[in-house]
Amino acid sequence: MIRFIIRRVLISIPVLFIIAALAFFMIKKAPGGPFAKERSAPPEILRNLEAQYGLDKPVYEQFYIYVKNALQGDLGPSFRYANWSVNDLIRSGFPVSLELGCWSLMIALLIGIPAGIIASIKPNSISDYIPMSLAMIGICLPTFVMGPLLVGVFALWLGWYNSSGWDFAYDRVLPALTLGGYYAAYVARMTRGGMLEVLSQDFIRTARAKGASSVRVIRKHALRGGLLPVISFLGPATAGLLTGSFVVETIFDIPGLGRYFVTSAFNRDYLLLMGAVMFYAILIVFMNLVVDVLQVWLNPKLRFD
Amino acid sequence: MAETLEPNLVELASLENVEKGTSLWKDAQHRLFKNKMAVFGIVVLGVLALACTVGYGIARKAGLGHEIQDLALGASAPSAKHWLGTDPLGRDVLSRVLYGGRISLMVGVVATATSLIIGVLYGAIAGFLGGKVDSILMRIVDILYALPFTIFVILLMVVFERSLLLIFIAIGAVEWLTMARIVRGQVMSLRHQEFVEAAFALGLRKRRIILRHIIPNVLGPVIVYATLTVPAVMLLEAFISFLGLGVQAPDTSWGVLIKEGADAMEEYPWLLIFPGAALALTLFSLNFLGDGLRDALDVRASKD
Amino acid sequence: MIDLRKKLAWKTFSERTLSYSRVFSPPGLFPFCLLLFAIVSCVGCGKRTTRVEIGNREQILHLANGSEPEDLDPQITTGVTEHNIISAMIEGLVAEDPVDLHPVPGMAERWDISPDGKTYTFHLRANARWSNGDPVTAQDFVRSYHRALTPELANEYKDMFFYVVNAEKFYKQEITNFAEVGFKALDERTFQVSLNHPTSYFLSLLNHHSWFPVHIPTVEKHGNLYQRGNRWTRPENYVANGPFVLSEWKVNSVIAVKKNPFYWDADQVRLKEIRFYPLERLDTEERAFRSGQIHKTYKIPPTKIDYYKANNPDLLKQAAYLGTYFYMLNTTNVALRDKRVRQALAMSIDREAIVKNVTRGGELPAFSLVPPKTAGYTSGTTIPFDIPKAKQLLADAGYPDGKGFPKIQLLYNTLESHKTIAEAIQQMWKKNLGIDITLRNEEWKVYLDSRKLGKFDLFRYGWIADYVDPNAFLDMWVSDGGNNNSGWANKEYDELIAEAGRTIDTKARFEIFQKAEALLLDEMPIMPIYFYTTSYLLRPSVKNWNLTILDHQPYKYVYLDPESGEVQSKSE
Repeated sequence: MIRFIIRRVLISIPVLFIIAALAFFMIKKAPGGPFAKERSAPPEILRNLEAQYGLDKPVYEQFYIYVKNALQGDLGPSFRYANWSVNDLIRSGFPVSLELGCWSLMIALLIGIPAGIIASIKPNSISDYIPMSLAMIGICLPTFVMGPLLVGVFALWLGWYNSSGWDFAYDRVLPALTLGGYYAAYVARMTRGGMLEVLSQDFIRTARAKGASSVRVIRKHALRGGLLPVISFLGPATAGLLTGSFVVETIFDIPGLGRYFVTSAFNRDYLLLMGAVMFYAILIVFMNLVVDVLQVWLNPKLRFD
Repeated sequence: MAETLEPNLVELASLENVEKGTSLWKDAQHRLFKNKMAVFGIVVLGVLALACTVGYGIARKAGLGHEIQDLALGASAPSAKHWLGTDPLGRDVLSRVLYGGRISLMVGVVATATSLIIGVLYGAIAGFLGGKVDSILMRIVDILYALPFTIFVILLMVVFERSLLLIFIAIGAVEWLTMARIVRGQVMSLRHQEFVEAAFALGLRKRRIILRHIIPNVLGPVIVYATLTVPAVMLLEAFISFLGLGVQAPDTSWGVLIKEGADAMEEYPWLLIFPGAALALTLFSLNFLGDGLRDALDVRASKD
Repeated sequence: MIDLRKKLAWKTFSERTLSYSRVFSPPGLFPFCLLLFAIVSCVGCGKRTTRVEIGNREQILHLANGSEPEDLDPQITTGVTEHNIISAMIEGLVAEDPVDLHPVPGMAERWDISPDGKTYTFHLRANARWSNGDPVTAQDFVRSYHRALTPELANEYKDMFFYVVNAEKFYKQEITNFAEVGFKALDERTFQVSLNHPTSYFLSLLNHHSWFPVHIPTVEKHGNLYQRGNRWTRPENYVANGPFVLSEWKVNSVIAVKKNPFYWDADQVRLKEIRFYPLERLDTEERAFRSGQIHKTYKIPPTKIDYYKANNPDLLKQAAYLGTYFYMLNTTNVALRDKRVRQALAMSIDREAIVKNVTRGGELPAFSLVPPKTAGYTSGTTIPFDIPKAKQLLADAGYPDGKGFPKIQLLYNTLESHKTIAEAIQQMWKKNLGIDITLRNEEWKVYLDSRKLGKFDLFRYGWIADYVDPNAFLDMWVSDGGNNNSGWANKEYDELIAEAGRTIDTKARFEIFQKAEALLLDEMPIMPIYFYTTSYLLRPSVKNWNLTILDHQPYKYVYLDPESGEVQSKSE
C-alpha cells in the first residue's frame, strides 16, 4: 500500500502541472481582460495597467513566471481585489469553506446513509418510498431554491436564525442544511442502490440462514460492499464540498472560497482563478487517492495494482 | 420397451407448464412491464413528452405562446384564461412550462445519454484493464475534473456560436467523469468474480468480455446514477442559464423558470410551484423507471 | 381485521427502524454528531437581539453596499461601491450639502474665484488634520494630484483634471515638470488652481472622489507610489482626513470605518462606526434587511417594490438618480445607417409601459438624454411616442411594415432586468413595426469586449453622471469620445460641445446644450429608455438621511435613534 501511495503522489506532480497549464491557457483564451470596465478606459491606460501586472508579456512567459512564483509559495496578486494577494484571499476563504463543507458533509452522510440503508432493506415498501421520495425532492430542489425556502421559514417567519452571514455559531445551520441536504439526497439514493446490489447476494442469504440478526448482517457483511458506489461518488464530491459552493455562499453571504471559482472567471481575475483551481485540483487528487485506498480496503477482492 | 422409453414429443410440447425459451432482454422486458411503478413512470414520461410537443402546439393555436407578453396584466395567479397564471411580463405560465419542457427534456436525455455512453465505456475499460492503463485513464479524468467549469463554458460559448447543441456538449463533457469513476469502481470489483475468470478461460476476447459480460452486470448502480444524472443535468443547465450563458430569451427551460420562480417565491409562488412540479414529476417517473429497469436487468433475480 | 394488520405492520416497521439505528455506532458517533448539531442549532432558538437593535443603541450603522470594493484608494477606484466607503473617510477641498449636494466648504473653509473665472484660490482650515495628527496642507493636494496625473498610475479618471492648465500635457508627458501644471501651493494653507477655460461647474467637479487628496507619506511608506496593490489601504495603515477612518477589512465579509477623532468637525459626527457589507445578491440583502441585520439595502429586487409600496411604504425610499438607461446603435450597420430607421425604432417604444410594468421602480420614461432639471437644465427636444409616424419613417427608409428589414441583434449583459426590458422592447418592435430582432446576452467581460470592438447592432448601456451638469451626459458623444462606440461622428456636435465648455454664462451655455441635444436626438445614435431612480429599504431609526440625486450621503450628519418605534416583526 505504501508503494501504491508513493507512486500516486509521484504521478500527481505531472498531473497538477498539466492542469495548471491547461487552465492557464484556457483562461487566457477567453476574450475580455480584467481591466475592461463599463466606463471605457483609453488604450494607454489599459496598457499601463497591463504592464504593471506583466500581462503584456507572451502567454507562455507569463505561465513560466506564474509557476516559478507559485512553487515558492507566491500565487500572485488579484486584479479585481487590488489590495489583496491570491494567498490572502485563499487563506481567508478556505477555512470558511472548509468548515461549511464539513458540516454539510456530516449532514449528508448522517441523513443519507441511514436513509439509504433503511430504504434498501425492504424495497418497494413504505419504508422505501418515504425516504426515497424525500430524497427525490431534495434532488429536485436546487440549492438556490432550497436556501431561500429554509431562510423564509426558519429565519424570517420563525425568527430563529439570521438570514445570512457567518458571525455566530448558529449561522452555520441553514447553509449546512441547504448544501448537506442536497448531497444527502444523492447519498441516500446511491446507498440504497449499492445496498440493494449487495443484499441480493448469496453470502447475505447464508448469513441470514445462519441466524445472524439483521443488524449484524448489515453492519458486518453488507455495508462494506454496499457503500462502494457511494464512496466513489463521494471522492470528488467531498473536494467540491470543501472548496465551497458558489450558490450557497452568495445566498447566505458566506466569505468562502466557492464564490471565487465563478466570480474570478467572470472578472478575468486570472491569478485568483488559477489559485482556486490549483487548490481544488490538489484536493481532488488527494481525495481520489483516499477513495481508491478505501475501495481496496473495503473490498478484499481488489488489490493495489 | 421401446414405446415406453420414447418420449412423446407432441404430448410434451402441449403440456402447459413447459416454458418457452426466451432471451435475457425479453425476460427483462417482461419483468419491467410487470412492475406497476415502472409502467406508471413510462406513462407519465410519455404524457409529458406529448404535452410538451403536441400540447404546446395546441396552446399556441389557442393564442397562448410562450413569448406573448401582456404588460398591463403582469403577474397573476392561476385563472380561467391562464390555467397556471402569468409571470411578471404577463406571459402564460402553462405555455412557458410546456415550451421549457422541450428544452429541458432534450437536454436531460441527450446529455445524460452522452455521458452514459462515454462514461460507461471509459470506466469499464479502465477498471477492467487495470494497471498502467487504468492509472493513466484515471489521471486524465482527474485533470478534466479539476478544470474550471465556468471558464470552459464561457470559452465554448464564445469560440463557437451560441447554440443549444453547445449546452449539451458542455454538460455531457462534465457529467461523464463521475460516471466513469463509478463504473470503474464497480468493474474493478467484478473483475475477480468467477464468471469473468471463466470467460477468460474460455478464451473470449477482452472486448467481448467487457461488452457482453461486464457491462450488463454493472448496469445496476449505473442506472441508478443515470437517473440521478438527469436532474443534475437539468439543474446544471439551469445554473448555466443562471450565469447568463444558457438558453437565450425568449426561449426558456424548466431550469430558467425555476430560477425566475425562486426569485419571486414569496410574491408569486405559482411561478416556482408549477415548473418545480413538472421537474419533480419527470424525476419521479424517471426514478421509478430506473428502479424498474434495474430490477428487470438484474441477472441474479429469479424469473418470477 | 385490516386495522390489526396495519397496526402490526407499523409496529414491525418502527421496531425495525429503531433496531437498525444500532447499526450506526462506531460507539456513539451518530448520536454524538446529532447532539453536536442540535446544540449548535438551538443556540439560536428563541428571541435574538438583532444587529440593527444593537446598532441603534450604540450608534453603529449597518449598510449593504453591493459588491466588494476593488480598493479604497480614491485615485485608483472608479465605482459607486468604492465611492460610498471612501467618501466616509476622505474629504476634498469642498464637501457636499446634505440636501442638494451643492458645494460647501470642506477642507477649504473659503475660496476666491478670479473675475475671468480661470483661477480658484482655496484657503484651507487651520484645524484640518489627518487621522495620524498631521495637518492637512496645500502641499498634500499638490502631491496628490501629481500622483493622479502620473501615467504609470493608470488613473482612469485622469480626464477630470484636464480642465487644469498643462494637466493634459503633463499626463501625455509633453512636459515633465509638474510645477508647470496649474496647481500651486502658495503657502501651507493656500492652494491655487488655474484652469484652461472658465468652467462654471468646476466646484461640483471637485466633489468627485478622483479629486480627493491622499496622505502621500503613508502611500510612499507602504509600497510603490504609482502601483496598485499598495498596502496603505489596509486598516492598520490607512490615514484619512474625513469623519471616519478605516478600522476593519475582512474581504467579502465586512468593511468597518470608525469615527476619526482628528476630523475638524468631529463634534458634529454622532455615529461611532459604519459597517459596510458586500451583499451582492438583491434577494439576500432584502432578507438580511427583514431579519434585522442591516439598516439599509443597496437596491431592491423589482418584484418586491409593489409589495413594499402596499404593505410597508415608509420603509421604501425612492429617489431620482442622475442617470439614463439607453440603447446605443451601431450607425455603421447597414440597417441602422439611415437615421430615419433609428428614429422609427426610438419612436415606437412605449416607455410608459416599460417603467410602469417592467421596471416598476418609479423610474421616469426618458424622452431625452439629459434628465430634466439637471442643474436647472431641461431639454426642449423630446422623442415622441408616435407609432404611425414611426411606420411612415420606416417606410420612407425603404422598409414598409418592416419588410426586408435585415436581422439585427440587441446585445445586453447578463442581468434579469436587462433581459425583461429587452424582451418587452423586442415585442414592441415586432408588434408596432413588424421588425424582428434577436436578443443576445453576453457575459460581462465579453459584452465589454464586444462594445470595444464594435461587434454589436444595438447595445444596452447606461450612464450615471459623475457631477451634476448636463455636460456629464452630452460630452460623451463627441467624435473621439472614449465611450462613444456608435460610430457616429458629427463635427457640428463636437463644436457645440467645445463652445459650451468655454462659455461662462449659464444661460448661454444651456442654450448651446439645447442645440446640441436637439441635434443628438435627431441623429439618434443612442436611444434613451428611462431615467434611473434609486430604490432601497431604510430603517426608520436612521435619521438625517437624505435622498440625493447622485445618491451621495454625507455621513457626518447621520445618526441613529433607538426610540424610533421600530417593530422587530418577524415577517414584514
